Amino acid sequence: MAIVQTDMPIAGVPPVARGGMWRTIKRHPTIVAGAVLLLIMVFLAVFAPYLGTVDPQALSPINRLKWPSAAHWFGTDMLGRDVYSRTIYGARVSLAVGLSVAIFSTAFGLLIGVVAGFSRWVDAILMRIMDGLMSIPAVLIAIALMALTRASMKNVIFAITVGEVPRVSRLVRGVVLGLREQPFVEAAFASGTGMIRILWRHIVPNTLTPVLVNGTFICASAMITEAILSFLGAGTPPQIPSWGNIMAEGRVLFQVAYYIVLFPGVFLSVTVLAINLLGDGVRDALDPRLSRRM
Amino acid sequence: MFAYMVRRILATIPVMAVVAVFVFGLLYLSPGDPAAIIAGDTATPADIARIHAQLGLDRPLYVQFADWVWRLLHGDLGISIFTNLPVMHLIGQRVEPTIVLSISTLILTVIIAIPMGVVAAWKAGTWIDRGVMIFAVMGFSTPVFVVAYILIFVFAIATNLLPVQGYVEPSRGLWPFLSHLIMPTVELSLALAALIARITRASMLDVLAQDYIRTAQAKGLSNEKVLVGHALKNAAVPIVTIIGISVALLISGVVVTETVFAIPGLGRLTVDAILRRDYPIIQGIILIFSGIYVLINLLVDLSYTLLDPRIRY
Repeated sequence: MAIVQTDMPIAGVPPVARGGMWRTIKRHPTIVAGAVLLLIMVFLAVFAPYLGTVDPQALSPINRLKWPSAAHWFGTDMLGRDVYSRTIYGARVSLAVGLSVAIFSTAFGLLIGVVAGFSRWVDAILMRIMDGLMSIPAVLIAIALMALTRASMKNVIFAITVGEVPRVSRLVRGVVLGLREQPFVEAAFASGTGMIRILWRHIVPNTLTPVLVNGTFICASAMITEAILSFLGAGTPPQIPSWGNIMAEGRVLFQVAYYIVLFPGVFLSVTVLAINLLGDGVRDALDPRLSRRM
Repeated sequence: MFAYMVRRILATIPVMAVVAVFVFGLLYLSPGDPAAIIAGDTATPADIARIHAQLGLDRPLYVQFADWVWRLLHGDLGISIFTNLPVMHLIGQRVEPTIVLSISTLILTVIIAIPMGVVAAWKAGTWIDRGVMIFAVMGFSTPVFVVAYILIFVFAIATNLLPVQGYVEPSRGLWPFLSHLIMPTVELSLALAALIARITRASMLDVLAQDYIRTAQAKGLSNEKVLVGHALKNAAVPIVTIIGISVALLISGVVVTETVFAIPGLGRLTVDAILRRDYPIIQGIILIFSGIYVLINLLVDLSYTLLDPRIRY
């Protein structure tokens, strides 16, 4: 059906890749800054065992509450565990939770949103349910779920995903409702294209830009929610070091050893900032119309 | 207009019904015996049997649900498993600090965010605008408890200007009350203000591009008159909408903030309930917070006609 030539050069729009790295950096400073920071964090998470870390769970009662030094870069906690090692290993938990929640909630939200956008009576039922779920703050949904299950990373990911799905499905539904009225969708219907094919070839690809951008924001907010849950004692089990866990343990000692809270806090903030910058930048690059607004 | 109001108010019923079904259903959807999960790993069979009886888990599901909803409609949120006190009573005891903190946060947020957003849009592209946008991204990316600890370090540990934690009732003196409230309020406001300043700026930019703004400027109105009288008034609907939505952010922020600053409010009650797996309290708190959120967004929807007379239903 595609008659439009997609590889035709469009006058006035310079090719993106030409001009070298410096040009890219100048053109999209937020994407580059976000990507670089995020890559550093991913590097730390992946290569955690080779970055001068020790066993993050290793107890050393003699070395309790040592301030940052050459031996312990970020100091030690009240059980003598090395805060540097725990923080670096903590990146694994945060990134894994953020990424998993972004993927799962986007997948489920996409499915629900597309179905709701195409079937009026399903829409009526699904969107009432989504409205209800959206009126419960996501952190509280996660708290309720975690209060009823045993602490594990799998359950944390599930609990945060449940709160994020309604928002994604609302977004997708809105885009689908707009697309349904587009001439190319009508043309596909008129030429007898099957429903599944229309959804797969015409609808879903057109929802991907907003969904991907939204996915980065979900990833960032899921990392914060994970840290909040762990901080409140309803998150990742204590034997797995996560940034929220380390901060929760350092909380009582904040006045004597604030470095225990400081380092994971800085890492968490920088990672979330990186992902938000990346998401903002990608959104602006893909949709210049929006960049002026936000 | 009246018909719209009635319709809009009735529309909150299915929303709250979904919340109620979700909160009730969670207990039964979870794998295994809910009583055993609530009782925890060290529970004896007698404990589990007691919780079983207390929650009425031995009756048919529809009877349990009907009974639960009936009591809910009469303002009965059940009995706390740990303290054996009515949940409504426990919530009543803890509600004051949470309301005080929420209101002071919303006030400070609006005072910070709206002028920031307006000035950023007015000076779009300048360093002022960039500064506001950097604040917006940073404020939105820094988790509330990280901000809280930075504030505690600067104002309580390093300089001793403010008390580290706690809550003092207003009846025990204005300064003790305010001094305990300043840090939690500022901390919560920063995240909210980041979001609202961003939307205010975006909404103002849209309005400032309109012809009537140019007309107002051309006829010689002062900048303040154009910005506040013409632009902000027309940009108000998205701003009020985001304030309504940000209440969700405020609620989750309150839970964390009360933990950091040891404020004996609903957030602290939630956290204690999590640690003790006191599910009736968690149910009650979710219902109350969601009810407040739905109510505020109902008021936001109804305020549109006041903010913009062109909106008619």
